[in-house]
Amino acid sequence: MSLDPSPAPAIELVGIDKKFGPVHANKNINLTIAKGSIHGIIGENGAGKSTLMSIIYGFYQADQGQIRINGKPIVIRDSQAAISNGIGMVHQHFMLVENFTVLENVVLGVEGGALLGRDAARARGELERLQKDYGLEVDLDAIVEDLPVGAQQRVEILKALYRGADILILDEPTGVLTPAEADHLFNVLRVLRDQGKTILLITHKLREIMAITDAVSVMRRGEMVATRATAETTVEELAELMVGRRVLLHVEKGEAKPGPVLLSVKNLTVKDGRGVKMVDNVSFDVRAGEIVGIAGVAGNGQSELLEAIAGIRKPSSGKILIDGQPVAELDAARRRELGLAHIPEDRHHMGLVLKFEEYENSILGYHRDQRYGSGAFLDLEAIRKDAEDKIAKYDIRPPNPRLKTANFSGGNQQKIVVAREIERDPKLLIVGQPTRGVDVGAIEFIHRRIIETRDAGKAVLLVSVELDEIRSLSDRILVMFAGKIVGEKTSEAGEQTLGLMMAGIAA
Amino acid sequence: MTTASVPLPNWISYGLIPLLNLLLAFFFSGLVVWWIGESPFEALKFLIQGSLGRGDAIGFTLFYTTSFIFTGLSVAVAFHAGLFNIGSEGQAYVGGLGAALAALALDHYVPWYVTMPFAIAGAAIFGAAWAFIPAWLQAKRGSHIVITTIMFNFIGAALMVYLLVNVFIVPGKMAPETRTFLEGGQLPKLDWLMALFGLKLGPAPFNVSFLIALVMCYLVWLLIWRTKFGYEMRTLGISPSAAIYAGVPYARTVIIAMLISGGLAGMMALNAVNGAAARLQVEFVAGAGFVGIAVSLMGRSHPVGIILAALLFGILYQGGADLSFEMPTITRDMIVVIQGLVILFAGALEYMLRPAVVRIYQQFAKG
Repeated sequence: MSLDPSPAPAIELVGIDKKFGPVHANKNINLTIAKGSIHGIIGENGAGKSTLMSIIYGFYQADQGQIRINGKPIVIRDSQAAISNGIGMVHQHFMLVENFTVLENVVLGVEGGALLGRDAARARGELERLQKDYGLEVDLDAIVEDLPVGAQQRVEILKALYRGADILILDEPTGVLTPAEADHLFNVLRVLRDQGKTILLITHKLREIMAITDAVSVMRRGEMVATRATAETTVEELAELMVGRRVLLHVEKGEAKPGPVLLSVKNLTVKDGRGVKMVDNVSFDVRAGEIVGIAGVAGNGQSELLEAIAGIRKPSSGKILIDGQPVAELDAARRRELGLAHIPEDRHHMGLVLKFEEYENSILGYHRDQRYGSGAFLDLEAIRKDAEDKIAKYDIRPPNPRLKTANFSGGNQQKIVVAREIERDPKLLIVGQPTRGVDVGAIEFIHRRIIETRDAGKAVLLVSVELDEIRSLSDRILVMFAGKIVGEKTSEAGEQTLGLMMAGIAA
Repeated sequence: MTTASVPLPNWISYGLIPLLNLLLAFFFSGLVVWWIGESPFEALKFLIQGSLGRGDAIGFTLFYTTSFIFTGLSVAVAFHAGLFNIGSEGQAYVGGLGAALAALALDHYVPWYVTMPFAIAGAAIFGAAWAFIPAWLQAKRGSHIVITTIMFNFIGAALMVYLLVNVFIVPGKMAPETRTFLEGGQLPKLDWLMALFGLKLGPAPFNVSFLIALVMCYLVWLLIWRTKFGYEMRTLGISPSAAIYAGVPYARTVIIAMLISGGLAGMMALNAVNGAAARLQVEFVAGAGFVGIAVSLMGRSHPVGIILAALLFGILYQGGADLSFEMPTITRDMIVVIQGLVILFAGALEYMLRPAVVRIYQQFAKG
């Protein structure tokens, strides 16, 4: 035993190895995470981050290797064991009962007895202390579904802390947050660290890594390729380590050459099921050869606007013209025939049928086309050939059109959608969150394709909650707030200006 | 995260696991038999001999199998479009009306093979018509198809009793049934097919509709996996939101899928009405529509699986009847218990053994 007085690291992984059949998900991973630090883990989709976290949290067992917590080797068979060893996890998709109160959610599973009253009172006291210590304000009696996303996330963190977590794993925590909410989260994480908690942050956003972490480890293809002190590295270096080659973080693009109007939206109003106006009297045009970006915090009507244009949601009033033609009476399929292509915000629920094989998804929405079979029948040979061409052109991996779509990584799934929509050579391309949950290498690729589409003289409408994405791709930026377009800016507009507009403060 | 997401080779998913489920069902059935004081092995012997031991036994087994293939396909087609059609029973019943009308109209004038296409069309059209109203209500009004098709089973049963008692009954006779069809309205037995295997069909009603059922299996496979409409059905069935995105017309797809489903259920009547009884009788469906649900579930809504599952239920039906005859302590109700256990293990508890199998498979694949 050494006599080293410095405390043992919070987590030590020694030679962790995990295979799923032929897939070597984690190769001999060694990682040391210092107590009381914020440690980032980055890597492309499929690099093995999730597998590694699942091993730490007890979802999977490693084939080989050892996990040491505070210097003590332990075996983590399930999440119960992880919790009792002081490991808490905040999932990307929250594990909350939406119609329970915050307090009920926190004590769920650790109620302590058949009757809630006394334990609930004790829990309330404990939670109030945790809130005070760590700045995690949230109303304990609020119903979870009434809370904004940022607050729901704080409930998840409270849940972990209430269970005695000393080590917190956060999986892509800012994916659903506004910039302001993300800042708030970072403040909470700093407080937690300063009070001695250890935080493991999994993300693909390099800027977050730079902003908040003390150290960062990079994974690529199942291997831990590097660990750096954050202060001693750069965004460029990390991106290169992740992808294994130099990456352009900002795509170059030339001047827009706007042509005739291809999409015209006039006084469009869209209501949701309860009759609330989600899109409120919105008008704008998109011309050939330009990218119009719609910036806004998620939930301000962008999704509904996109769906109304695509023919998925019926507007309650107003007009949409595609290439001069009113499309009110046309369904999604007829609008495609007019030259509309749509990369939807949610590839899992709309853009893809995950249980289909890849080639089946490569024709979704275009399956009636004569090129995929004349008459009533599908020409499987032609479809698979077409799918193979797209796989080659878009570097979709693994290059197997017979593989079930669910088994592709997020970035490759998105490429399947992008390939299908862009290769149709549309007149008008509407795009929602094109790079959500997509790795850096694929982001660059998808951005390039979108710009190429513009340069080929198509009109592009882009909706994204990633302000960086809007700013780097768009020729004109419209800002949406509470269903209205509150202003138009050029791509030179500063983040500050746009951020204030997105929050509904300035026009 | 869990073993549910671990992919297994097809021979395990579609071969080994169903087989293990079936063995479990038989094991527990054996326990029940043993508990009432009979020998499970003896019972199994009677069950197998009674369903597969002789030419006529095989004939009866395949007769039941034929009915179950039709109703199984019916449930499966609707299921692929995300619709749970509980109404195959009623659709088959009303389909019998179409099949019988064709036979009654033509049997005096033409041979059976001329009547056959009309009987097929009649059965399919009447079955489809009975599915149309629930389909329309689901597509246009959002009335849940499970509820409406169940209700239509009762309405169909009442309608058929009314027609048989008041309209079709032969004057002077007591039984609520149509007159017996002449040969021109019947579907001939397949004794020649049995003879090929050196078996004698005897009195068993195994008939040409078995071949029609096999053709329908092929056509259903073609429909679901090779046509554009089948693609739209599967898209809608797996992911309604992706179907909207892709512009799959919801109402049209729902209605057509249900018409095909109802038509297939109606064709079950060919086997029972034109093939076996040569007349339309009260209650001739006798639960085949509900068995179709189990058959489709067990056969994973795939025609090949449906043929195998229908055969299994054919064996249980025929062998079970023989068993209760040979061992009087095992009543009809006991047979229903055994069938229930098969449905429980093969259908409802389909995934019970999967985690264990996955673990063993992973050990094996690693080594």
